[in-house]
Amino acid sequence: MSNGPIIETRDLRKVYRVGKVDVPALRGVDLTVQAGEFLSIVGPSGSGKSTLFHIIGGLTPPTGGQVRVAGQDLALMTDSDRTRMRKRSVGFVFQKFNLLPNLTARHNIAVARFIAGNTGPLDGQFEEVLGLLGVAQRLDHKPAALSGGEQQRIAIARAIVNHPAILLADEPTGNLDSENSKAVLEVLRGLNERLGQTILMITHNPEAAAYGHRTVNMRDGQIIAA
Amino acid sequence: MRSLLSVLLMGVPVTLILALVGLTQGLLQDSQRRQQNTGADIIIRASTASGVVNFSGAPIPEKVVAKIEEQPHVRLAVGVLNHSIDPPLVITGVDLARFDRMSGGFVYKQGGPFKGPNDMLIDEAYAAQAHKAVGDTVTLLNHDWRVEGIIEPGKLARIAVQLAVLQDLDAATGKVGQIYVKVDNAANIDAVVQELNALETGYKINTLEEYVAMYTPGRISGVKEFTVVIMAIGVVIGFCVVCLSMYMSVLQRTREIGILKSLGASKGFILTIIEVEAMLLGAGGTVLGIVMSFGACWLVRTLVPASIPMIVVQSWWPTAGLITLLGAGLGALYPGLNAARQDPIEALSYE
Repeated sequence: MSNGPIIETRDLRKVYRVGKVDVPALRGVDLTVQAGEFLSIVGPSGSGKSTLFHIIGGLTPPTGGQVRVAGQDLALMTDSDRTRMRKRSVGFVFQKFNLLPNLTARHNIAVARFIAGNTGPLDGQFEEVLGLLGVAQRLDHKPAALSGGEQQRIAIARAIVNHPAILLADEPTGNLDSENSKAVLEVLRGLNERLGQTILMITHNPEAAAYGHRTVNMRDGQIIAA
Repeated sequence: MRSLLSVLLMGVPVTLILALVGLTQGLLQDSQRRQQNTGADIIIRASTASGVVNFSGAPIPEKVVAKIEEQPHVRLAVGVLNHSIDPPLVITGVDLARFDRMSGGFVYKQGGPFKGPNDMLIDEAYAAQAHKAVGDTVTLLNHDWRVEGIIEPGKLARIAVQLAVLQDLDAATGKVGQIYVKVDNAANIDAVVQELNALETGYKINTLEEYVAMYTPGRISGVKEFTVVIMAIGVVIGFCVVCLSMYMSVLQRTREIGILKSLGASKGFILTIIEVEAMLLGAGGTVLGIVMSFGACWLVRTLVPASIPMIVVQSWWPTAGLITLLGAGLGALYPGLNAARQDPIEALSYE
């Protein structure tokens, strides 16, 4: 694990407006994640895990507090700044894989590279990662022709192809059977251990959470144990 | 399927534009060719002739023809009379012997020249359209004509009868609608025009070169405006089709837009891919519209080759394409901006 925090939140707050009602999703979250750390976030539905994930990933701005990701203060960022941050600093892995259905696995990865402005050939390290993920032979298939585990591994490949500082995984094993779940979790651990990839993983599954270096629990928009 | 339907719908206005232009240009080119092949150097029309194409009327006394022939350098003058039957089709009354001297004569594909007063010459296009052959009877102007000859198209008239007979039927005995003049030497054309103008007849006197140059869409009342209206309709149809199509597309791809945004795609990137897709639809519509315009041209030339000598005007392809792309680009703007403005979290949770 590298030294120095890559994510820091202080009194992080997020309030959603639902109709005429303000719904607080985060009620003052303090969190520090070191570079190279594999952190698991657990908690019941509605505890604010995904909101925290979305703010750190730059998908939505915070309502209050401070949040620094890879040295950038997200609270001060414009929508365009956050968009730029998502290109290079953050990679997402979702429960539902979220691959573009009309593109092959290879093109799904290529789209992420294109958006980030990378159009050259894949680097050697990423080729090695594809081997680690075990999907090198499946790149020319469309998502519909891939198993859930394969789709999720392609999604992981897409998420890290631009070498983001942080990989955010939201219930990455939520749609997988135990065998594929284990394979995906091993991949994530392998990325963390071999490449020093910082990973934040949301999960409901204590066994999955155990793959991380540490686990934080959330409830009612707050971290209750770290 | 939605894309194919969009391409088809966008192709329709392209075909409409190209068909209209092909129809107009075809008519004008056909008329130009038939005038140029008369062999005349000068044309004299009545002062009341308002448009380029003279469909009817016989305001010029035939004795003027003889007077013109008396002028220096005038080799021959031929008066003709037109009677509109089913615009743009006209029957032309002509003194065949004099016209043959001027033009070298019609080229007969079947039959031959007039033998009797009720004889008629028709060109191949009209013969095909009316399904007539030599010896058949054609009833026009409440008169039965016998097809005596079928002529090669492209010279003076599609349907020709004897001048005196048509004058009689039109109650225009001794009058003609226009006079073709041939001079002894091309170098004297302008001089003869000046001489004829000096006679102060009040008629419109032009060299044939000037006259055929008038055969442009802009000189025919309403054609230019009609073309502009059809082009505007093309833009509107393109706009509506693409707007609806891309709006549906954006709805169907909400989750995909969310995925792209999570990957860091900017609003401009999202808008660009929607616009590019619309442009591709527009390009496809243009190509299909061009293909369909060939079909329309074939159909028209098969059904009414004499009435509408439609052509395919390739020089208008870029214009039709630009009009379609303009409509497509504008039509994709609203759905594209909607897509660009979508909240990534909401888009990702869209089922």
